[in-house]
Amino acid sequence: MIFFRRQAPLLVTLVTGLVFAAQYYVPHPASEHLLTSVTKWMQIIGGFALVLGITSLFHLHAVKIRRKEPGWGYSLVLYAGLLGTIAVGLWANGKETMNGAPTAFGWIYTYMLVPLQGTMFAILAFFIASAAYRSFRARSREAAVLLVAAIIVMMGRVPLGEYLLPASGDVSQWILNVLNASVRRAILIGVSLGAVALSFKIIFGVERSYLGGGKE
Amino acid sequence: MTRDALCVKRGSGRSLVAGALLSLCALPDWTGSAASAESLLAPPRDLRVIDTPNDGGGSLTVLWAPAPYDSATVKYQILLGDSPSADSATMKVIAEFSANTHYVRENKWPWWTRPDRPEVHQFIVKNGKGIELKDGVAYTVTVAAVSGDDRAFAVPIAAAPAPNWINWNQMNNLLLALLFGSVVFYAIRTAKRREIFLRRIPGLDAVDEAIGRATELGKPILYLTGAHDMSDPSTIAAAVILGRVAKRTAAYETELLVPHRDPITMAVCQEITKQAYLEAGKADQFKEDSNFFITTDQFSYTAAVDGIMLRKKPAANFFMGAYFAESLLLTETGASTGAIQIAGTDSDHQLPFFVTTCDYTLIGEELYAASAYLSKEPVQIGTLRGQDIGKAFILSVIGLGTLVATAGVLFGTEWPQILLDVFRDLK
Repeated sequence: MIFFRRQAPLLVTLVTGLVFAAQYYVPHPASEHLLTSVTKWMQIIGGFALVLGITSLFHLHAVKIRRKEPGWGYSLVLYAGLLGTIAVGLWANGKETMNGAPTAFGWIYTYMLVPLQGTMFAILAFFIASAAYRSFRARSREAAVLLVAAIIVMMGRVPLGEYLLPASGDVSQWILNVLNASVRRAILIGVSLGAVALSFKIIFGVERSYLGGGKE
Repeated sequence: MTRDALCVKRGSGRSLVAGALLSLCALPDWTGSAASAESLLAPPRDLRVIDTPNDGGGSLTVLWAPAPYDSATVKYQILLGDSPSADSATMKVIAEFSANTHYVRENKWPWWTRPDRPEVHQFIVKNGKGIELKDGVAYTVTVAAVSGDDRAFAVPIAAAPAPNWINWNQMNNLLLALLFGSVVFYAIRTAKRREIFLRRIPGLDAVDEAIGRATELGKPILYLTGAHDMSDPSTIAAAVILGRVAKRTAAYETELLVPHRDPITMAVCQEITKQAYLEAGKADQFKEDSNFFITTDQFSYTAAVDGIMLRKKPAANFFMGAYFAESLLLTETGASTGAIQIAGTDSDHQLPFFVTTCDYTLIGEELYAASAYLSKEPVQIGTLRGQDIGKAFILSVIGLGTLVATAGVLFGTEWPQILLDVFRDLK
């Protein structure tokens, strides 16, 4: 039993890790076919895993309703929304439009989900403003540098700003292309090496806490 | 060589007889005499048609020597016949371009796979735009030089495309990956023998503080594993850190909330959390529901997590893994509840938002280093040393490469390319 819990997953990780690392260097259609097949397997596994997720969601909110926890009404709304959408989706055969007219399922998507997503995304503008207000205060030397750089970049990115400060366009471009890009590259080099090192550790079983932590 | 070629008028009959007569127009062996060369159109010389190396098949590479008449006014035509014995009369023109374009050097082959000298002409015939090349089937290809009404054909050559088993263009990538891997494992071995110094990472030092604060306030801890699934290294790193955090929350008996966007990540994190509670000797405290699934949809998930933050008011929020536009929506809401916030991400575009709104941020590689830092295991710390050696190597290459490339431009020499190619296109 311990073999299937510990050694087998490590073996599978080792073999698949090495095979698909090698696959990157093999352009042959057989290698591409292998990758495509495995991608499909992953999609199928993902589909089954979604059942796991939905079960978790149902269970969590069922407990909330049963215990009448604060905000349990929202759990009822979730149940109604989830089951209602599934029912409507089955009724419409998963189609959003039929003969050019939107189905009930399409209506839910277009007139409920999309505006809600749009609203969430729009809130980002206000959050950026409040976060900028907090961070762009010259409380230290570094914050002052950040403030000046931010003002130049913001001026250089909008037509009115560039009209008022003609040099801001070029300066902001220089800040983005030279200072910002060099720092980003340094971060990306570190990230890439970190990801490669972690991949090595996982493939060769050095890092195994993702299997459920612990040492044998 | 050129005696075999055909030199015909455009629109004239292309029978074998005409071809034989017109072949008299072909010049004797090219001597490079510029004066005569520029006035006469000669057939393209040294034509070679080969299967394109290092590819998945369905492609042929055509190579021919540069000619003295190469200029914008002269054109080259590539002709393709769908049988090995096709002659130029039955072949289809598949491309036409100025004679001073399409060189080997433009294709950026590394020196170890370059099919010919950089100054040689090259054209790659591949599937698409009305061309369908089947692997293993022989096709005839020729090149014609065209100037006004004059057209000079090279001798058609038959070749068959074939798929390759190894992409030698990427051998530098493989070599450096193996080299880096060796360095990592060497560093791990060294770390087992002697202690390696680890610089302080304030964000990780604050983990205990954050958990302690949550315990004092009797409030939960919120831990997010990011937007990606388990196939992403950043999610794996986030899951590994969750194990360390869960061990401490178990020891302090603090509630842990881990909402997920991916069901597989949820299942893995459930196992990790369970194991952490077992190791802490608090198996009875473990709740299956501490890891729960919300939705795969970006903003629906964000709205749900924001709701949790506002209703449950966690005392500590951890944002580990990969994030997109939701980063600021999550952290700004968290900041408004007064929670201590620790973020760790390799999504460089989201770093400014995290730095602005969180108390501590693990920048890029620090996310991957966190596991080693929290566990203090020699094997894990050895990996960090390996990464540092890798970084030092890359920095040296950048410095040396800059000098060598500059020298190459200043002195107009080709040798720097030998070194530069080794470190180019490492994707």
